[in-house]
Amino acid sequence: METAIRTSTIKEKLISEFEESKKILFGNTRLRDQAIESFCKQGIPTRKNEEYKYTPVDLMLKEEFYFTANKNCSNEQIEHLKFLKGAYVAIIENGIFMEGLSNLNNLPNGLTICSLADAAKNNSTIFEKYYAQYADINADPFIALNTAMAKDGVFIYVAKNAIIEKPIHIIDISTTFENIMIQQRNLIVVDENAQAKIIESFETLDSNAITFSNALTEIVINENAIVDYYKIQDEKELGNLVNTTQIIQKKQSIFSIHTFTLSGSLVRNNLTLVLDGEHIGSHLNGLYLTAGNQVVDNHTVVDHRKPNCNSNELYKGIIDGKSTATFNGKVFVRKDAQKTNAFQSNKNILLSEDGTINTKPQLEIYADDVKCSHGTSTGKLDEEKIFYLLSRGLGTDSAKKLLMNAFASEVVDTITIEPLREYIEGKILKKFELH
Amino acid sequence: MITIKNLHASIDGKQILKGINLEIKAGEVHAIMGPNGSGKSTLAAVLAGRPEYEVTEGEVNYNGKNLLELSPENRAREGVFLAFQYPIEIPGVSNINFLKTAINEIRVYKGLEPMEAKDFLMMLKEKQKLVELDGKLANRSVNEGFSGGEKKRNEIFQMAMLEPKLAILDETDSGLDIDALRIVANGVNKLKSKDNATIIITHYQRLLDYIIPDFVHVLYNGKIVKSGTKELALELEEKGYDFIKEEVE
Ligand SMILES: Nc1ncnc2c1ncn2[C@@H]1O[C@H](COP(=O)(O)OP(=O)(O)O)[C@@H](O)[C@H]1O
Ligand SMILES: [Mg+2]
Repeated sequence: METAIRTSTIKEKLISEFEESKKILFGNTRLRDQAIESFCKQGIPTRKNEEYKYTPVDLMLKEEFYFTANKNCSNEQIEHLKFLKGAYVAIIENGIFMEGLSNLNNLPNGLTICSLADAAKNNSTIFEKYYAQYADINADPFIALNTAMAKDGVFIYVAKNAIIEKPIHIIDISTTFENIMIQQRNLIVVDENAQAKIIESFETLDSNAITFSNALTEIVINENAIVDYYKIQDEKELGNLVNTTQIIQKKQSIFSIHTFTLSGSLVRNNLTLVLDGEHIGSHLNGLYLTAGNQVVDNHTVVDHRKPNCNSNELYKGIIDGKSTATFNGKVFVRKDAQKTNAFQSNKNILLSEDGTINTKPQLEIYADDVKCSHGTSTGKLDEEKIFYLLSRGLGTDSAKKLLMNAFASEVVDTITIEPLREYIEGKILKKFELH
Repeated sequence: MITIKNLHASIDGKQILKGINLEIKAGEVHAIMGPNGSGKSTLAAVLAGRPEYEVTEGEVNYNGKNLLELSPENRAREGVFLAFQYPIEIPGVSNINFLKTAINEIRVYKGLEPMEAKDFLMMLKEKQKLVELDGKLANRSVNEGFSGGEKKRNEIFQMAMLEPKLAILDETDSGLDIDALRIVANGVNKLKSKDNATIIITHYQRLLDYIIPDFVHVLYNGKIVKSGTKELALELEEKGYDFIKEEVE
């Protein structure tokens, strides 16, 4: 019974924090009130909730948390995280956009990057048109909580016809010395015929504090736009992340999203992509490398609403130690979405006896003229391949590393930004060293 | 080079090798022939250290070392090379990358510095030429999408790169057309020296027209039942394996 009391404690604290702070938060108070009401109804999900069966967010939230950070980092401390030379860098520290730490001088025509709270005032036309239009507060308690309590985050607007050559790098970083729960919100709108490449890194600075970040990003991709989005989830051992990504694509747009989950204590991704127009192309790639006691859970939804669209989803994982990885991929093909091509695949390698993989693909097809397929596989590293490499003089470690890298390369090779690919490859190699 | 005494080996509890005796000296080429299922690949696998096989009796001395106590990678580092009968595909692992790793780990084992990139590339070019392997193939993932013949040639290419002391070619000739056969044989002949030895496992005597063996052994039902010189191979070709079976049973 203790569990129930403690869980309700964090819930109550959040609600009283909301009452105290809501007057100073950006945007529309009525929306926030509706959202907190929805959160009250839904509560913090427990593992009795089918959608959170394998992901003990309730346990992680048993700790004491502050809701406001009292520490700021310096430029030097985060310099190493700005690994993409020439990129436009937006720093979000403990959920707050930090102009001074960001590199946003000389933004090209057609590109706006600023604090979301500022955008609510200064870019109100775009903000009001798109903000909170897609992430449904009643669909998930973390969406409700975020919509009620979000303090800040980044706002990115790419205007009609603007082609942004250099990558945009959002770095979400938690830096506190005390346990903190963060509600961060991003809004990204790429308008008609525009193009952009966006990278979002999730990082923690060295710290003994537990962080719990509830980060939500809405991405709007208008007609004919092309967007490449990369997530690099690389928080330290005490970092917990619930990351909701709500994407809407309009007709003839092309969108790829690549989610790399490299570390962190608990990572839950809720990624929903709605194809709301004809002739859309969508690519969803994911790679998760788990070890120790990590819990990584990828829930994805691909929602085909209109005819003649293609979606392709590939998630791969390597699971070691006592870690748990979950993949739950839903694909909906609505009645109108004739001539849909939708493919989904989830492949896993289990390195240890104690690791767990839960994989659940779900296809719901209501149209009749479609091509859809899904497949999952889970196996060990292939002993035959290992022996072949050993017989050429490679040691067991090198042989395994080569094979793990080969497995990961199918996802890593989808990265089109060369320095980013090298960075990820380095991270992966390092991760394999630890085993 | 290698002395095999009374070697018995089993897999999944099934006895396959039932007392193999064989001595091979540096500079020699030995052919091992025999009908399907007689244990030729098993012998090759046991020498290379394949973990599924259990050696139940006997010993193998390789250049003064107990071969059976060495891990598969250390056998390779000591100069044992197996050209597989069925080379597997390893998508995502580039031929060149893996050979570079192999060569450097072998060098570390021998207490040598890693090879300079430039020297490695030169060696790569030279050996590619030797086995007439298309540069494009060498750059691809290990055996991925290779034809049967290309896979076999890639085995010989790897052998050329690793410069083994004892090479075991397990039916490298099967599935090769005459041209490929000539190329493979030519490669093997060029790599032959007075310091290394070769075991050629084959079903047909065809390859032995190109690589002249010093000795020919017939393996049947897990034992070497007959040994001789090149003429034995011709006799086998002419009479088929039935005459061996009759002689033995
Ligand atoms: N995993 C296994 N379990 C049981 N028997 C096996 C296994 N692998 C091979 N064998 C048997 O071992 C015998 C020898 O096989 P092999 O060495 O491949 O013969 P060869 O190469 O001479 O054709 C065959 O009878 C084969 O069926
Ligand atoms: Mg065989």
